[in-house]
Amino acid sequence: MHDAAHMAEFTLIASEDGVRLGLQQVRAFLEASGLGEDACGTAEIVLAEALNNVAEHAYQMRGVGDIDLTVGVDPDGIDFDIRDTGVAMPGLILPTGQLPAMDGPLDSMPEGGFGWFLIHSQTDILTYQREDGQNHLHMHLPRDGEVGGKDAHAL
Amino acid sequence: MDLTSTQSGAYSIVTVNAGRIDAAVAIQFKDAMRAQTSEGADHVILDLGQVTFIDSSGLGAIVAAMKQMGAGRKLDLAVLTPDVEKVFRLTRMNSIFTIHESLDALEQRQAG
Repeated sequence: MHDAAHMAEFTLIASEDGVRLGLQQVRAFLEASGLGEDACGTAEIVLAEALNNVAEHAYQMRGVGDIDLTVGVDPDGIDFDIRDTGVAMPGLILPTGQLPAMDGPLDSMPEGGFGWFLIHSQTDILTYQREDGQNHLHMHLPRDGEVGGKDAHAL
Repeated sequence: MDLTSTQSGAYSIVTVNAGRIDAAVAIQFKDAMRAQTSEGADHVILDLGQVTFIDSSGLGAIVAAMKQMGAGRKLDLAVLTPDVEKVFRLTRMNSIFTIHESLDALEQRQAG
């Protein structure tokens, strides 16, 4: 059976409830597109991290501001295009997303720094551009979770 | 953030009665955990059986809850649903906590 491509557009409010509602709507769309539970779960966490970043940093936790989200599903994977009119990413570059160190005693365990790591590690395309006063983040998650190279059994 | 505590032998079991520990409720979760664990057993099991989603804020809040319990006390996790288990595994934070598959297994361990 031919696996069709599916696309949808969403406009979210950059508030905590707006992000939660948006994630719910996107998850429903991904499931309806035939994506399995495991892939839906990975997509939801990656998208949550990206949307939280827009709400917290681009719109600076003010709870207002629109986020335009385009979601595409095809046999290759999932595309997320996120556009907002908040402040630009510092230095106009993506954070590197290294995991914080975890080799110390329990009372020194990190409480943050996981978000960009989750985004980087689960995407095989990740780009940021600032264009016409807008931030544009593009993320691509490969369909079978194989990040970093084509796999013979990937379909 | 709705948490309920029960004592089970040497453990306190704190159950999260919410579906998401995310950016919207991370601070409330941390505060509620402080209230639930300020007294009671040294060994606390966090029952996440009803939680179907955590983000990095939720993960951080769980780590903070562990740290605020202080020296000589332990916070374990129990009943991780698939998407929650995934976040702990991908970030390697699953190596920081003892994770129990079920609360039944816990009770058997105590009885044995």
